[in-house]
Amino acid sequence: MTAYAETPSPASARATFLRGMRDGAPFLLVVGPFAMLFGVVASEAGLKVYEALVYSIAVIAGASQFASLQLLRDGAPVAVALVSALAVNLRMAMYSASLTPHIGGAPLWQRALAAYFLVDQSYACSVMAFEKHRDWSLSQKVGYFFGVIIPICPFWYVFTVIGAMVGSTIPPELALDFALPITFIAMVAPMLRSVAHLAACGVAIALALIFAGLPYNLGLLIAALAGMMTGAAIEKRSTTEASA
Amino acid sequence: MNGTNLATGAAIDRVDLWIVIIGLGLGSFALRFAFLGLIGNRQMPEWLLRHLRYTPVAVLPALVAPLVVWPGATGGELDPPRLTAALVTLALGVMFRRTLLAIVCGLGTLYLMLWLMG
Repeated sequence: MTAYAETPSPASARATFLRGMRDGAPFLLVVGPFAMLFGVVASEAGLKVYEALVYSIAVIAGASQFASLQLLRDGAPVAVALVSALAVNLRMAMYSASLTPHIGGAPLWQRALAAYFLVDQSYACSVMAFEKHRDWSLSQKVGYFFGVIIPICPFWYVFTVIGAMVGSTIPPELALDFALPITFIAMVAPMLRSVAHLAACGVAIALALIFAGLPYNLGLLIAALAGMMTGAAIEKRSTTEASA
Repeated sequence: MNGTNLATGAAIDRVDLWIVIIGLGLGSFALRFAFLGLIGNRQMPEWLLRHLRYTPVAVLPALVAPLVVWPGATGGELDPPRLTAALVTLALGVMFRRTLLAIVCGLGTLYLMLWLMG
């Protein structure tokens, strides 16, 4: 038996779960201040603490929560607030598609639970690990995903309540607004391992900046789709050249 | 991300609020469940899988790029400490392929630069 042999990949779903918890931990720097800010903004908008909490539990997606609350506060029609905020979350469908080849084989209830907890941070962290550890089994991958969630999602709720009750945020001098860009750059950088990946990233960045002014987060979607098409096109060309 | 400048206006109608909370919750779940739930372990076509291989390196940089160039915290002005921190994080992440190392050094650079530039 090789169960106790030294292998680069962990032996069990429990091991990947713990590893996911560890890898997800830095995101507390992002989630804590961001959720607290939502709690503060919600209480300033006249929401009760429990209303802010239910908001965070039901939606569990920061940018869309801010967008919809802002529109409600501005007196926009409900349909406008709803559709705008859903547009902000369209990228979640891309995350869902991207994780399907990895954990699509899990039981329905696990997939439903994973879908609920599919946020920017849990996606970034787990897709990076799945790309790195292609030998992981389904249960190891599912274990990892749920491990990543532990230091992220419960704190989204907790810090929403703290923000709503305390009414003040983390001091801006700590510059934790920039923890989100730094953590995401640090996740993506190790994945840039081929010309196709670099080109996909470069096109996405350029178009995201060019189309940053578009409403409903459309710039992000255009940039992401164009980046994916660039990467796929280069990969296809290089594989057909290699086999020719 | 820039929801701090809420004007003080009329109170939000409670029916509107709950329609948004419940509708946005259900809609967001539907978006997240779309592929994971409905496709599951059925095989997806190769062209789609090929595109999905580039989802993370396209979506996440597109999400971050405007935040790096026009940070909300500086009112959308290009900020040398933040830009430097982002570039250091990127360079270390590409060179050493160690995420945590890149995060720690990136935050370190940010604080050092903010302190140096007062």
